[in-house]
Amino acid sequence: MSARAGDEAASRRHKETEMKLPVAEMLQASGKWFAQEGPLGDAILSTRVRLARNLSGHRFPTRALPEEQERLLTRAEQQLLPRIEEFSGARLHRVDGLSLLERHLLLERHLISHDLIGEGSGRAVLFAPDEAISVMVNEEDHFRLQALRAGFQLDACHAAASHVDDQLESYVEYAFSDNFGYLTACPTNVGTAMRASVLVHLPGLVLTKRVKKVISGISQVGFTVRGFYGEGTDVLGNFFQISNQVTLGEKESQILLNLERIVHQVLEYEERARDVLVKDAAAQVEDKVMRALGVLRHAQLLTSEEMIGLMSAVRLGTSLGLAGLPPAHTLSEILLFGQSAHLQAQAGGELGSAQRNARRAEFVRERLLETSSATGNQAPGQGARRDRNDE
Amino acid sequence: MKCQVCGVADASVHVKEVQNEQVTELHLCQKCAREKGYHSMLDQSKQALASQFVWMAENLFPEADAEMGQIQCAECGLKYSDLVQTGRLGCPLCYVHLEPQLKQIVRRVHGAVRHIGKAPGREGEVFEHRRHIQKLHEELARAIEREEYERAAAIRDELRSLDRHAGEEESEEA
Ligand SMILES: [Zn+2]
Ligand SMILES: [Zn+2]
Repeated sequence: MSARAGDEAASRRHKETEMKLPVAEMLQASGKWFAQEGPLGDAILSTRVRLARNLSGHRFPTRALPEEQERLLTRAEQQLLPRIEEFSGARLHRVDGLSLLERHLLLERHLISHDLIGEGSGRAVLFAPDEAISVMVNEEDHFRLQALRAGFQLDACHAAASHVDDQLESYVEYAFSDNFGYLTACPTNVGTAMRASVLVHLPGLVLTKRVKKVISGISQVGFTVRGFYGEGTDVLGNFFQISNQVTLGEKESQILLNLERIVHQVLEYEERARDVLVKDAAAQVEDKVMRALGVLRHAQLLTSEEMIGLMSAVRLGTSLGLAGLPPAHTLSEILLFGQSAHLQAQAGGELGSAQRNARRAEFVRERLLETSSATGNQAPGQGARRDRNDE
Repeated sequence: MKCQVCGVADASVHVKEVQNEQVTELHLCQKCAREKGYHSMLDQSKQALASQFVWMAENLFPEADAEMGQIQCAECGLKYSDLVQTGRLGCPLCYVHLEPQLKQIVRRVHGAVRHIGKAPGREGEVFEHRRHIQKLHEELARAIEREEYERAAAIRDELRSLDRHAGEEESEEA
């Protein structure tokens, strides 16, 4: 047992030196945006605002030659990005220099997109130590500026992304036209080139079978909803991403305001669905939550899907104010660090699926133990129902 | 990105799926997604929308569309048919060379054709400059009308000096 642990530690040390990302630092949650308790944090996991920006006189990455992309990256790395205050001291990471595991770690962290995982020239990512602000170079557009916050923080995200945009703009000439606004590789992004999205947890609407109606309503008013599927037709973990579809013809502030209204409306429906649940089936709901917690505390093997489903149930309990449950931001953190690439990065290298499931279960057990000993036996901080202040 | 099932059409539906305890990302075209049961409205990604809209236009009038497909960006060589196929433009000037076609697409996707949000400061300065010149031209016309020739001469001088400045920074203003 100890020999095996010794071997593992050695191989981990060895492999860590091969990693280009600051993995040890990334696996520390403290100081990161997701370790914060955000506004409406139990129902809303995160808010993201992304701005697409292209340089005038340069072909878009998808049509540019590899050497053009390299030149643009070199310029960005040496002359542009180091002058942006948010990135002072941060290192730019070339995607082609990263292992597949490292790329997946960045993907799970929302720092790169699916498109950036594959092959391509001159692609890179740069992020601040707290990961709240980042930029992708040579994705579909030359620059994709991104701001992330815990909970519901549309304006803060937009201000943060816009601040980086203002600095970058002073060093380059953007591709911009009077009619079309900021020019992007895909006409669906043109105009403000701003995509704002909010990741919401809607277990009440799913359990009461009302979610499809709500989603089709949202789609009809110019917003997009994406669910993440598990096996079969259930949405994984009851998480939905709501984002603006229209990027041209409305000011940024108006788009954000519309999205904010939509999200508040959805949260109100979710609240009412939870009221129905509590009224009609309080004992069943509490049973579901506590059983989920029991499994998470004692399981020896956990698949990713199982973990996500159980964590969703526990999160519902936290939202309903049931006693003795971990706070929402701890649940978000477990959800993030329990994903496959995170577990493998922690282990220092690739793992088979059986090993991953064992490690995942161990990780979840330990984290839940930490939180339960940290909160002790005191009553939970919030009342039976949380307040819903609009900031 | 091509569809992972058929490998032919562009992937426009992105889903997370769990296979063998691992959450994997799936990238499918609309058709394969529908066949695999991911037909819900949850999957309306923006790319799906764009290519769908372009596709609708493409099939309505085949002959006219075949002709339109040959329209090309003089800067990067992208053809309208490439846009239909990939949903992506080649360079910023595509917006100039394919403007009428893009206006149609943008109107369908966004319900508008004129951007009214943030603008880069440099562009803002150019706007300011153009507005100023326009105002001077109006004042000049008024001055001539009222036979205020001294005033008109002063305005002409100012316009000339602005012109020289603008010339150094390659402006389109005459
Ligand atoms: Zn397909
Ligand atoms: Zn072009």
